Amino acid sequence: MTSLPPGLAPRLVAFCEELRGEGVAVGSSEILDAFEALEAVPWTQQEDFRETLAATIAKSQEDRRVFELLFDRFFFRASEAEALERQVGEDRRYDGGDRLDLDALREAVRQAIAEGRDGEMRDLARLAIAAFGRRGEGSGVIGVDVQRIRRTLGLQAQTGSPDEPVLDRDQINRFERHLRRELERALIERTEKLPPSRPLAELDRALPTSPAQDLAAVHRAVAQLKRRLATVGREHRGRRRGAIVDVRRTMRASLDTGGVPLRLKHRPKHPRRPEIYVLCDVSTSVTSASVFFLSVLHALHDSFRKLRSFVFIERISEVTDVFERERDFRAISERISREGGVADVSGYTDYGRVWLEFLEEIVEDLGPRSTVIVLGDARTNGREPHAEVFARVAERAGRTFWLNPEPRLYWNYGDSVMAAYEPHCTAAFECWTTRHLEEFVNVVAGGTPSVEA
Amino acid sequence: MAEGAERSVSTPATASAPESVADVKEALGRVGYLADEPAALVSYLAQRLGKPILVEGPAGVGKTELAKAISRATERPLIRLQCYEGLDEAKALYEWNYRKQLLRIQVAKEAEADSPPAGTPGEDAEGAKGWDEIFSEEFLLTRPLLAAIAATEPVVLLIDEIDKTDQEFEAMLLEVLSDFQISIPELGVIVARTHPIVVLTSNNSRELTEALKRRCLYLWLDYPEVEREMEIVRLHSPDLDEQLARRLVEVVHMVRQLDLKKPPSIAESIDWARALLLLGADDIDQSVFERTMSIVVKHRSDMDLVAERVGLKLGGVEGLGAEAAG
Repeated sequence: MTSLPPGLAPRLVAFCEELRGEGVAVGSSEILDAFEALEAVPWTQQEDFRETLAATIAKSQEDRRVFELLFDRFFFRASEAEALERQVGEDRRYDGGDRLDLDALREAVRQAIAEGRDGEMRDLARLAIAAFGRRGEGSGVIGVDVQRIRRTLGLQAQTGSPDEPVLDRDQINRFERHLRRELERALIERTEKLPPSRPLAELDRALPTSPAQDLAAVHRAVAQLKRRLATVGREHRGRRRGAIVDVRRTMRASLDTGGVPLRLKHRPKHPRRPEIYVLCDVSTSVTSASVFFLSVLHALHDSFRKLRSFVFIERISEVTDVFERERDFRAISERISREGGVADVSGYTDYGRVWLEFLEEIVEDLGPRSTVIVLGDARTNGREPHAEVFARVAERAGRTFWLNPEPRLYWNYGDSVMAAYEPHCTAAFECWTTRHLEEFVNVVAGGTPSVEA
Repeated sequence: MAEGAERSVSTPATASAPESVADVKEALGRVGYLADEPAALVSYLAQRLGKPILVEGPAGVGKTELAKAISRATERPLIRLQCYEGLDEAKALYEWNYRKQLLRIQVAKEAEADSPPAGTPGEDAEGAKGWDEIFSEEFLLTRPLLAAIAATEPVVLLIDEIDKTDQEFEAMLLEVLSDFQISIPELGVIVARTHPIVVLTSNNSRELTEALKRRCLYLWLDYPEVEREMEIVRLHSPDLDEQLARRLVEVVHMVRQLDLKKPPSIAESIDWARALLLLGADDIDQSVFERTMSIVVKHRSDMDLVAERVGLKLGGVEGLGAEAAG
């Protein structure tokens, strides 16, 4: 219908190249599809253009997220570079921010955010920036400015009074993106050059672990895991391979075909239903990770019949019933920190003592069907690791897994005693991205044949 | 079938391909499916480029409904393949009707026994003919995929919940999806006479293979915004008061915010709207909500949570309203 303007093709290929750099698998067939699709869609409509590219290039939700981040940045940079080259400046229609009534601005911003109108949000972001520039509060650092403006505008998730629309975190993030974008644009115009392009921060791609980050992000990561857990096990039931022939049913089926056993009937395979014991470190050395760990525990609780969970720092405490009673994640983490009673004197993790207590409490119940999962960084703060006690736990349990929130590179550095524990585990995993976690869940939920037949 | 192969698809964009995204959106709207921008765009592209659509998203956002709507909007018949664990080629592609084949052989044998043996060369020829015969279309049971490929009229093929099958099945689909053809060893290759619109849905319970994704346009459907869901509800129960519809959708959104085992789907909002109409309710307060809650929440533990969080809130709002009035 429309032919692409010259110069767009190389841009698109460059964009795909950048996507590949961020780990999105873009094949040449996908690029070709994108071109073909763009011929059928008016590329001058920004939304259509973006959706068309996304539909042909980003083939999962995760890819789509990276795509959105990169799309904005890439085409923003491209247009800014072009503007610099041609010496086109913005006409500053939004000067006069000092005359603005802050309350009116705040109201308008809330309104635009609640209704999700991007164009308006962009204009208001410019207004807000102009207003703050006049008040001389700009710090020059974009990240800091964004937060200052957000605070002054009083934008916080879930603080709407009854007559104001309640804003959720995502909506506010969207406005923040506009703010950031406009601040960047202003910076580029001032300095007349583009800031260096950086790969997406590892934080964006890795597990949401820092407590400062929103719990919603943690939940998103876990929600997918939950769905997968709900279906694993079932997916193996239908497989014929390696199944045992059910003679009786085969004979019955052969009656249809005059006694010739044409169709083999198999015995259904029973999926493994593991008993799981999860031990989760909630000490300060893994504060960031423990938020995530707890939410994983939370997810696991819905997915396995028999699951007992424990949290520990210096002592160990069973929290199974907390998970059973509470369904709200926030309430759970509060209750655990309030009544877990796991910190004793120092607040430092004491793995040795934890094993001793765990063994004493649980030794009767551990059997070959039990799976023990430890979530922790194995940093003992110089205390006795009691690896031999851990070995006895591992010996009694059918399988023992260790999930370490630190990259493998850092294991056994400093006070990490991973090497003492690792030989006793069925397997030890580093676990700091959702992919690691998924691999692990596959193993636990029956992706591999069971150890004890 | 051979003649069919001659008229294979040379131009995917058939004469009936829509002119613009807006056309598709409107056509879908006419048959009762309010598509958002991305959904309309992808449906448009699928028809223009002749590529399959892979739709992913949580349960109950209208993935299957999209395929049905496309079928209604384009007036093509819908052929549906519901996937499940253990689905195999015999159930999805084609199967030889071996009972019929056996009978045929038996008949041939009996006929042979009755008639005196003829000369050896003649018998050979007869036997060979028999074999050819039992592997002909007469003995072929078409399953959804073959039916879609062999159809003389253009169709919409819906492959529902593809994530429930195993990877081997996906691999088998590749031939169908990229070349729109199926090879049957005994018959040869069957090429599509018309270009089907293919919609695959997935609940994302496992990662699909790259190869499959590569051949599809990707569409992520999510729960709609309040405004759009309201339109959808009102489209399906036009008698519902606008105020009440808004209230209903807002409550459903509130319920979805909670961490439930099964969040309410769009279809359930519609059911609820109908139930409210039947009951003649003019507002959703705590008591109405608690009586009709089971339409949107279908899990014991979910119900407790929803009753506690949402039910109480509804009561509170009503209280506030009463205060303001008094």
